[in-house]
Amino acid sequence: MIQLLAFYLFAFLVIASGAMTILARNPVHSVLWLILAFFNAAGLMVIVGAEFIAMLLVIVYVGAVAVLFLFVVMMLDIDFAELRAGFIRNFPLGIAIALVLLAELIFGIGAYKAGGLELGTPDGAAAPLLGESNIESIGAMLYGRYLFLFETAGIILLVAMVGAIVLTHRGARAPRGQQNIGKQIARRPEEAVVNTKPEVGQGVQL
Amino acid sequence: MTVAQLIKSFTLWEFIQAHWLTLKYFFKPKATINYPYEKNPLSPRFRGEHALRRYPNGEERCIACKLCEAICPAQAITIEAEPREDGSRRTTRYDIDMTKCIYCGFCQEACPVDAIVEGPNLDYSTETREELLYDKAKLLANGDKWERAIAANLEADAPYR
Amino acid sequence: MTQFFQSLGMTYEWAWFVATIAGILLIALPLMLAVAMIIYVDRKIWAAMALRRGPNVVGPFGLLQSFADGLKVFLQETIIPAAANKGIFLIAPIITFTVALMAWAVIPFNAGAVLADINVGLLYILAISSLGVYGVVMSGWASNSKYPFFSAMRAAAQMISYEVSIGFILICVVLWAGTFNLNGIIEAQRGHGLGLVNGFAFNLLLFPMWVVFLISSLAETARAPFDLTEAESELVAGYQTEYSSMSFALFWLGEYANVLLMCALNAILFFGGWLPPLDWEPLYLIPGWIWFFAKIFLFFFIFSWVKATVPRFRYDQLMRLGWKVFLPLSLVFVVLVSGWLMFTRYGVPA
Repeated sequence: MIQLLAFYLFAFLVIASGAMTILARNPVHSVLWLILAFFNAAGLMVIVGAEFIAMLLVIVYVGAVAVLFLFVVMMLDIDFAELRAGFIRNFPLGIAIALVLLAELIFGIGAYKAGGLELGTPDGAAAPLLGESNIESIGAMLYGRYLFLFETAGIILLVAMVGAIVLTHRGARAPRGQQNIGKQIARRPEEAVVNTKPEVGQGVQL
Repeated sequence: MTVAQLIKSFTLWEFIQAHWLTLKYFFKPKATINYPYEKNPLSPRFRGEHALRRYPNGEERCIACKLCEAICPAQAITIEAEPREDGSRRTTRYDIDMTKCIYCGFCQEACPVDAIVEGPNLDYSTETREELLYDKAKLLANGDKWERAIAANLEADAPYR
Repeated sequence: MTQFFQSLGMTYEWAWFVATIAGILLIALPLMLAVAMIIYVDRKIWAAMALRRGPNVVGPFGLLQSFADGLKVFLQETIIPAAANKGIFLIAPIITFTVALMAWAVIPFNAGAVLADINVGLLYILAISSLGVYGVVMSGWASNSKYPFFSAMRAAAQMISYEVSIGFILICVVLWAGTFNLNGIIEAQRGHGLGLVNGFAFNLLLFPMWVVFLISSLAETARAPFDLTEAESELVAGYQTEYSSMSFALFWLGEYANVLLMCALNAILFFGGWLPPLDWEPLYLIPGWIWFFAKIFLFFFIFSWVKATVPRFRYDQLMRLGWKVFLPLSLVFVVLVSGWLMFTRYGVPA
C-alpha cells in the first residue's frame, strides 16, 4: 500500500516537475524544477531498492552538476522578449524532435509488450546478485568484471579535465602576474618590516 | 619556504599557539562589569537625560527666559510662556525632542536658575519614537525622580564653576 | 517503538507510521531546543574569550536569551522586497531549515537509537548536506539584490569545493570501517587505538584526516574563519540581507542545526560516537547518549573557540586551501589508507 502510494507520488512529481522544467519561462525556475525532478527520481530509485544509486544521483546531479547549471543560468542576463522571438523559426525543428521522441516511446512500449530483452550476463541469464547490499554488488561489478571499462572511463574524464584546464589556463601571461598565496602566507615580519632610527634630517634609507 | 616553515604550517603550529592564547583568556576574569546590575561610577559633570528641577518648596525653577531654547545648537527645545494668575512668568510648554538632542550641555550652562539640567540617568531607551519627545510634565517628573542625585552632582561640581 | 504501538492494538502499517512520526518529533523538537541553547552557548564562549560577559539579563545567567530573541523575531513583520522573486524568496529559508533537520534521521544517538538505520547512512548525509547550498543560492538569487547574489555565488563555489575533500575523507573512514552504516562505523571504532581508546582519531593514518575534516566542516557550515558568505564587512549580511522576521529565523536555526550536525559527524566518524572515550568496562555504565552529547558539545566548543580566535580568510586563500591543499592531501591519504589495509587486512594479492 505505502509502496504504491510512494511510487505514484514520486512518479507524478517527476513527470510534473519535468513538464515544468520545459514550461517555465524563467531559466532559473527551469533549473529548480529540474532539481526537483532529480530528487524525485532518487526517491523512485530508493523504492526499487537501489539506495546506492539514489544517493549518488542526489550527490552528483543535485549536489554538484545542478549547482553548476544554476550557477551559469543565474549569471545570464535574461531578456524575455528575445527568448520568445525564435519560437516560430525553431518550431519545425522542435516538432521533428518531438516526433522522434514519440516514435522511440512507441517502439519502447511495443518492445516491452513483446516481452523484455534479456539483459545482464552474456548467456542471457539474469544478472546475479553479487553481494548483500547493492554497494557491494556495484563495487564487485565495477572493480571486477568491468574494471577495464571503468578505468578507461576514468582516463577519458581525466583527459577531458586536463584539456579543459589547458584551454583556459593563462599561466604567467595573466595581465598582472599571478599571486603566490603560499609565498604571501609564508612571509614573516622580519622580511617585511625594518626598524630604523634615522638621524634628524637624514630620512630613511629604503 | 624553508623546511622549518613547512613543518610549522603542516602542524598548524601558529593556529595552536593562537588557540592556546584564547583558551587562556577564556578562563581570565572578565574585563567588563555586569552591566544592568552593576554600573560604573559617573562624573558629576556627566550629561545624561534632561530634567526640570523645582525649588524645595515645590515651585518650579524655570522662569521661561528661553536662553536654553536660544542656545540649543540642535534646536531641540521648544518653549511657550505666559504669565501665571499670580503674575509670575512661567512656561506653558517646555518640550525637548530627545531624538534631536546632542547632549552638549549648553542648556544647563545657559540656565540662570539651574532649572534645566542633564541628570546622571543614561539608560532610558524607549520602544517608540514618540516616547522620546519629552514634554514639560515628563521633564518635571524626571526632576522629581533624580533631584537628590542632581543636587549632589551640582554641589560636587560647584567649586570648579 | 513500532512494537509498542502495535501492542496498543494498531495494525503493523499504522504502528510503523505513528512510530516514525513520533520518532521525527522526538528528534526535531529537542533539536530545536538544543539549537536555541547552543546559540546562547556560542555567544557566551565568544564573550568569555573577548573578556566580556555575553548575554546575562534574560533568565538566570541569560539562559533564556535565545527564546527572547526568537519571540522578538516571531512578532516582527515579514518584509518581501518589491523586486524579489516572491515564491523562491519564501521557499529558500524553508529549504535551508528542512534540509538541516533531515540529516538527523540517520544519526545514531545510542546503540540502535536511530530513526532510519539505513546501510548508506554516510552517503545519505553527504547527499543531504550537498542540498544545503540550495537554500543559500536560491535566497541570494531571489532577493534580486547585489550583495545577496555575491554571497550566493561564493556559497555555491565554497560548498562544492569543500564537499570534494570531505568526500575523500569519508572514503578513508569507510574503508577502515568497512561499512557506510553510521552504527557500523561506530562499532568499528571500539577499542581501535591499541585496544584502549575508542575512535579513529587515535589512528596515525586517520588523525590527519580528522584535522582536515574538522577544518572542512567549518568551511562546509560557513563558520568563521570561512564565513565569506556573510562577510559583514564586505556583503552586509550576505544572503540574509533582505530577510526579516521568521524567514530570517529559519536561516538562523538551519545554520546552527547544520553546525550541530557537523559536530555530531566529527564525534561519530572519528571519536566513537556513543562509545565512551576509553574501552574500559566501568565507563559503559554511563549511557551512550550522554557520551554522544558530551562529544557534540566538545566539538561545538572547538567551533566557537575557532570563531573567537582566527580572522576571516580571503576568498582566493579559501579556494587554494580547498583545491590545492586539502584535495591532494585527502587523495594521498585515500591511497595510503587503502594500501595499508590491503597489506594488513586483506593480504597482498598475488
